[in-house]
Amino acid sequence: MRDLTLAWRRRSDVFTSVIFFVIVASLFPLGIGPEGKLLLAIGPGVVWVAALLASMLALSRLFAADYADGTLEQMLIGAAPLPVVVIAKVIAHWIAANLPLVLIAPLLGLQYGLPADALLVLALALALGTPSLSLIGAIGAALTLGLRGGGVLLALLVLPLYAPVLILGSLAVEAVGAGLSAQPYLLLLAALSVAALSLAPWAAAAALRISYE
Amino acid sequence: MLEVIDLACMRGERTLFRGVSFTLAARGLLHVAGANGSGKTSLLRIVCGLGLADSGEVRWGGEATRTLREAYWREVLYLGHAHALKDDLTATENLQVANALAGRPVTRAAARDALAAFGLEACLNLPVRALSQGQKRRSALARLALAGAMPLWILDEPFAALDVAAVADLEQRLLGHVDGGGSVIFTTHQPASISGRITQRIDLDAFEPGVGAVC
Repeated sequence: MRDLTLAWRRRSDVFTSVIFFVIVASLFPLGIGPEGKLLLAIGPGVVWVAALLASMLALSRLFAADYADGTLEQMLIGAAPLPVVVIAKVIAHWIAANLPLVLIAPLLGLQYGLPADALLVLALALALGTPSLSLIGAIGAALTLGLRGGGVLLALLVLPLYAPVLILGSLAVEAVGAGLSAQPYLLLLAALSVAALSLAPWAAAAALRISYE
Repeated sequence: MLEVIDLACMRGERTLFRGVSFTLAARGLLHVAGANGSGKTSLLRIVCGLGLADSGEVRWGGEATRTLREAYWREVLYLGHAHALKDDLTATENLQVANALAGRPVTRAAARDALAAFGLEACLNLPVRALSQGQKRRSALARLALAGAMPLWILDEPFAALDVAAVADLEQRLLGHVDGGGSVIFTTHQPASISGRITQRIDLDAFEPGVGAVC
């Protein structure tokens, strides 16, 4: 709740990652030109990669401010178990940084000439897949806390782990284009998010304690 | 009751202190003294469970704090160098957040009263970034006004940046907590007028082996 209020007070931060997403996803049609077939083929993948990068861009902010001003210390010795605090922070982070991406993605998909049902699946796949991005990213953000050059290291740590989500996410949209059902891919994405939810908060909490000790 | 048994702390190659033991019962007021860099903050962080000791143990009520964890942290109030204040929130919101994290949620009115008790009536609705250093320190310390039920207060340099009147206020508050059955550990470099009431004193300079051998 507090993180959401804070995110609202610093709206510019949220907008940066959304605008980043929009610009990256829009550059491709501009660069490739109006070749409908090609755009249609790369559309889902490009939108997913852009969402991945935008989501990662926001990750470094997940713990950094709390670390700098000492609030994280109080969370570490707070009354609630640390993994619960991590879950709360990740949820707030997801709402502030990833939900806008999910909502705006169908608009970007239009640029690639994706049909309506594919747009719907794209948004659905992002909604199911991005929670696992935030959760996996939380581990990386906790591990790189307080390191110099942590941003680059964070990308190196986290991006390989994002690969399964990316593959499943763009496959789901392409399946619709090929006239197949996207359901198996969506279910797998949801499964990944649930698995991440059950493991990542504990890993991130342990990483936070290590950062402090 | 807090028992600290044979604590040692290393920073890299250098031993900050070793063999630190003390027992702090209810109504105890412990002053941790020592030169800059002698490990006062490290000792306090280890005692409150943020830091890891290289050897030794901290016990609360006879049980190791590393196994008690949340049960111990519910009873401890730690205020460190960092104020744990969010620049974009008001002092009142910050105080409510801090208490919620400590598992003792307070109402807005209670938070405002606590801040008023620390002389911040005029800045209740200002974002913290607009406050001065001393006012920030006061709004961090305002947690003390709501923490009477927490038996152990661990305060790192609580008197820093405070004016004379605020120092006197804070001293009365510490004594009040001790008289009410709580215990307090604090560090300070200022000659405190409550020194007569200090029940225990630890000088970390005395625990540093091989003084002058390393930088």
